[in-house]
Amino acid sequence: MAIAAVHTAASAAFDVNALRRDFPALQQEVHGKPLAYLDNAATTQKPRAVIDAIVGFYRHDNANVHRGVHQLSERATSAYEGARETVRQFLNAGDAREIVFVRGTTEAINLVAHSFGRQRLGEGDEVVVSAFEHHSNIVPWQIACEERRARLRVVPITAAGEIRLEDYERVLGARTRIVSLVHVSNALGTINPIRDMITLAHEKGIPVLVDGAQAVAHLPTDVQGLGADFYAFSGHKLFGPTGIGVLYGKAELLDAMPPYQAGGDMISSVTFERTRYNTLPYKFEAGTPDIAGAVGLAAAIDYVRTVGLDRIAAYEHELLEYGTGRLHGVPGLRLYGPEIDRKAAILSFTMSDVHPHDIGTILDHEGIAIRTGHHCCQPLMQRLGVDATARASLAFYNTFDELDRLVAALARVREVFG
Amino acid sequence: MADLRELYQEVILDHNRRPHNFRALEDANRKAEGYNPLCGDRLSVFLRLDGDVLTEVTFLGSGCAISKASASLMTDAVKGKSVEDAKRLFDAFHRMVTADTAGEPDVSTLGKLAVLSGVREFPARVKCASLAWHTLKAALAADPEPVSTE
Repeated sequence: MAIAAVHTAASAAFDVNALRRDFPALQQEVHGKPLAYLDNAATTQKPRAVIDAIVGFYRHDNANVHRGVHQLSERATSAYEGARETVRQFLNAGDAREIVFVRGTTEAINLVAHSFGRQRLGEGDEVVVSAFEHHSNIVPWQIACEERRARLRVVPITAAGEIRLEDYERVLGARTRIVSLVHVSNALGTINPIRDMITLAHEKGIPVLVDGAQAVAHLPTDVQGLGADFYAFSGHKLFGPTGIGVLYGKAELLDAMPPYQAGGDMISSVTFERTRYNTLPYKFEAGTPDIAGAVGLAAAIDYVRTVGLDRIAAYEHELLEYGTGRLHGVPGLRLYGPEIDRKAAILSFTMSDVHPHDIGTILDHEGIAIRTGHHCCQPLMQRLGVDATARASLAFYNTFDELDRLVAALARVREVFG
Repeated sequence: MADLRELYQEVILDHNRRPHNFRALEDANRKAEGYNPLCGDRLSVFLRLDGDVLTEVTFLGSGCAISKASASLMTDAVKGKSVEDAKRLFDAFHRMVTADTAGEPDVSTLGKLAVLSGVREFPARVKCASLAWHTLKAALAADPEPVSTE
């Protein structure tokens, strides 16, 4: 086995074993082997701090928000609004009114496609996405386009799995009304040059939504620095709970948009003749929100900030570099995606003559959890000319040893398939 | 603990490497497409149905070793059978791969198909094994119509 001695600065300063102890789910065996959880792009495990925050909320503070005058309601409201402020700081948004709690990235994109897209789009107008997009950043726009007789246009990617800015510029046209792009590809790990892409769109007066689902757990995010008009992410890919996510939107854009769903909390007054909508962000938060989810997400963000996203990025990059090198040594294995300095810690690969599902089953028997399939990116798979890939996606709690085990398990795959 | 070798038996690996009846059927009069949206596996089953008898059964498609071997074994198993017998096999196969308890598979009915009994220990893979069978069922249920194989 390759040795730990080669691992340098970041990993030396990074006490991964101590951090792993914060994650109860990592302390288990699967098929008699210690769990190596390498499916973090699907969802991440939760630290005790997050689990405790959710339990603590339900045990002590549970009440509905923005309503009661009683103590518990005040506590719940302040926990919920405190979570919003935590998210604001995390994204470096200018104003907490620009932070809308949603169920996840998918709902955030649907909200924008519905309330912003439909308003902007007319017959012959265009929405631009890229060949990387997850189905959740394709289908909502297809629906909006169909309704408005607009057209979905796709920025191509190279065979290596990257967007060339000149190709992107070519797709931006006089009829482009919205650009919606993934920040980090969930299937390949490619980090798009999102700041440049936003700048180029803005030069033509086109607003940009960024799907940050795979980015926020791996890179520091600064929505103002990027200039993003909308930025969406999910709590569960950031060590937080499922069912909670965030839509950041520039206040002037959100203000001009009609509500997405109607109900309680999004109104300021209702008569049967006329309803006045609430102010931001409540206009977009109809019904009782996932209060405990928001509290859990805030705990996750606090946790990640304590570990430090810069340190996380540096350590994950070392993991990626090491894993890439080891996988290159596996006979018949093909890795997809760009060079490691332009991607997040995702290893997407195929093995000759072995279908990814069979790889996944055999790895599971070695205690290694990966994702196999099309990763909800069928157009991207078509572009790469494969039906599916096997994907090991890393988080800061993964280790060099787990990557060694991955490589050993792939040798086992070869053994079974001959 | 479910053993990997129970799933990936030599017979299955052989059928995966060299699937039987793996081609389009020129004179098919029934055809159906099977699709597993979860994983993107696709396969087509072609039938030549003469009266009540499946005189030819072939398939094409891409998928994992389990789905490919299952399709290959299925075409061998139902070729020459009556529609009723094919449906009986479907039911027996379905029982075998979804059974909760690990009883012995009904080898007298299932024959070689029994090598796929290990699948029931792998719930995530049951759909891989049954895709071809569901596609066959759809082909049998479809109105007879000539299919173009170009």
